[in-house]
Amino acid sequence: MDFLAILSNAAGEILSPTTAAFALATIGLNVHFGYAGLLNFGQAAFMAVGAYAFAIFTMQVDPTASLGWPVWLSFLAAVFVAILAAVAFGLLLGIPTLRLRGDYLAIVTIAAAEIVRFTMRTSEYSTVTGGSQGLRGQDYKGDIDALNPLTGSTYGFGPWTATAYDTWVRILAWGLVIVALILVWLLMRSPWGRVIKGIREDEDAVRSLGKNVYGYKMQALILGGVIGGLAGIMFVLPRAVQPDNFATAMTFYIWTALLLGGAATVIGPLLGSILFWVLLSFTGGLLSGLQSIGAFGDMTGTQAGQLRFVLVGLALIAIVVFRPQGILGNKKELSFHV
Amino acid sequence: MSETTTPPTTHPLVDGEVGPGCKKVDPIVIADGVVRQFGGLTAVDVEHAEIPRGAITALIGPNGAGKTTFFNLLTGFDRPNKGAWSFEGQSLAHVPSHKVARRGMVRTFQLTKSLGRLTVLQNMLLGARDQRGEGIFAALVRPLWKAQEEANIERADSLLARFKLDAKREDYAASLSGGQRKLLEMARALMSEPTLVMLDEPMAGVNPALTQSLLDHVKGLKDDGMTVLFVEHDMHMVRHISDWVIVMAEGRIVAEGPPETIMQNQAVVDAYLGAHHDTDLGTLTNQQVAQIHEDAGDEVPVDVDASARQQTTTDAPADPGADAHDEEGKR
Repeated sequence: MDFLAILSNAAGEILSPTTAAFALATIGLNVHFGYAGLLNFGQAAFMAVGAYAFAIFTMQVDPTASLGWPVWLSFLAAVFVAILAAVAFGLLLGIPTLRLRGDYLAIVTIAAAEIVRFTMRTSEYSTVTGGSQGLRGQDYKGDIDALNPLTGSTYGFGPWTATAYDTWVRILAWGLVIVALILVWLLMRSPWGRVIKGIREDEDAVRSLGKNVYGYKMQALILGGVIGGLAGIMFVLPRAVQPDNFATAMTFYIWTALLLGGAATVIGPLLGSILFWVLLSFTGGLLSGLQSIGAFGDMTGTQAGQLRFVLVGLALIAIVVFRPQGILGNKKELSFHV
Repeated sequence: MSETTTPPTTHPLVDGEVGPGCKKVDPIVIADGVVRQFGGLTAVDVEHAEIPRGAITALIGPNGAGKTTFFNLLTGFDRPNKGAWSFEGQSLAHVPSHKVARRGMVRTFQLTKSLGRLTVLQNMLLGARDQRGEGIFAALVRPLWKAQEEANIERADSLLARFKLDAKREDYAASLSGGQRKLLEMARALMSEPTLVMLDEPMAGVNPALTQSLLDHVKGLKDDGMTVLFVEHDMHMVRHISDWVIVMAEGRIVAEGPPETIMQNQAVVDAYLGAHHDTDLGTLTNQQVAQIHEDAGDEVPVDVDASARQQTTTDAPADPGADAHDEEGKR
């Protein structure tokens, strides 16, 4: 068991683009649940919608090749299409459910997330979506690669060494995280944020003061969903688009990260995502290390690897029971309010 | 019933004769044929009602009379099966609740809805209307709403001082007592500069020490030129502060009048106390009991109270639900 390698892998997660993508998705969910009190159990679907819209637009329309657009414009156009898709998905979910009690949104989002995943998986549309195989990374990474200003071979040091492309994706993804954090901070100190936090607690009270509660909930759902869609793009830039990556498990990772860091805080989602991925990598490494020296008897490596998800579940229970406000949360302002 | 004084037939607020659904000289709210049914139960069935402007009107009635439901209908929190109603001459039918509030008709709730996880000041600021910073894009640019926000904070502070909540300004509203929450809810409603304030049981669950201060605040609203409509159980409060009283029972308006005389109205007495509230069942003589049984024997249903009602009731509503009154009378 190479303990140093385990630690190094875990430390590497701190800056990995996947962590950045999850941090973004968690920031989006924080707008939903932490501030507006919307129970969205389909954040993975917003990521899937963003990722697929971005990749499919780039591959099918390909403005760089077909229209002769400069690469930056094609990239921005693809991002814009992803945002539009996330807005449309948010409207689709919100219009029927936001007038109803909160629980209905939870049911609809969790079902819609699976519908999205299975639609993308089905062989019927595999010419566009790639079916269960998904889409190959090299088919949509052309523009972003061409935009890369970095020319060296590797950057960084120690656990944080990455190729030029990876470093470029990290810069974009973490840059986007910072922009999203500033956006949330600006919004939540404003009167808009005050209305949203009021709705979280009692819709009727806010309604009686002349605020269009439905409109505000829709705005919050779409804002968080768009941030989730951008997270989807950042998630697929370092890899391929795989429909099964966007399963419900991903939504619950995002929830765990949010509750761990502290809902209704600006920095909580960031801290939660980093801690979550570091801990997941660390326990994964530790468990497979222990398995390799025979600590688990007859258990195979795969089986031992699954144990970390048991630990994730236990961690989620422990947070909700012992520290419902998360690490950074303010207990007076927010405990686990479902 | 013999000591019942005849209620006045005219009143400065009323245009014409005083009676259930009477016309007012200057009405701010007019409701016509508002009906709300829950399944087979008709909770509200108001033929005609007018709320006088610039006065404090009390809406009273026993439990289940439909007062709160009528309130919810007027403010758009519930939809009636049929009916029309207007506020300052504009129809409010099918207008969503937040738009009702924006027109200047602001309500509070029976179960106080102070937002416990916002501070007292934030609660207040939420009440201010037409805030530029409440738009999602303008919210990002502080200079666009900073001046307005500061003006609102100033106004909130003066209201908090008036309601003696200024010491609690930065506390979470959840830390307030029940009475303070009622005060906060009222103060918050005032932030929107309403013309009509509708208070749903403002005294429910309030520490008696705070009652007088709350009463003064309600009177203060009228002095500031606002119209007040409130739902209340407590007759003392009604008598102290209201200019006009509307009595509901079983969804209908059964009586209207000034507070000094309304309690002598037979329909009100029946609605509240049962048709024979002045019969002291504890001291009935044997002769009286025998008389009651004898009367009851003449009736087809063996109902001790039915005969007594015939004796005492002169103008009780002759609807089939009247037995409900008797249930109260038996106690």
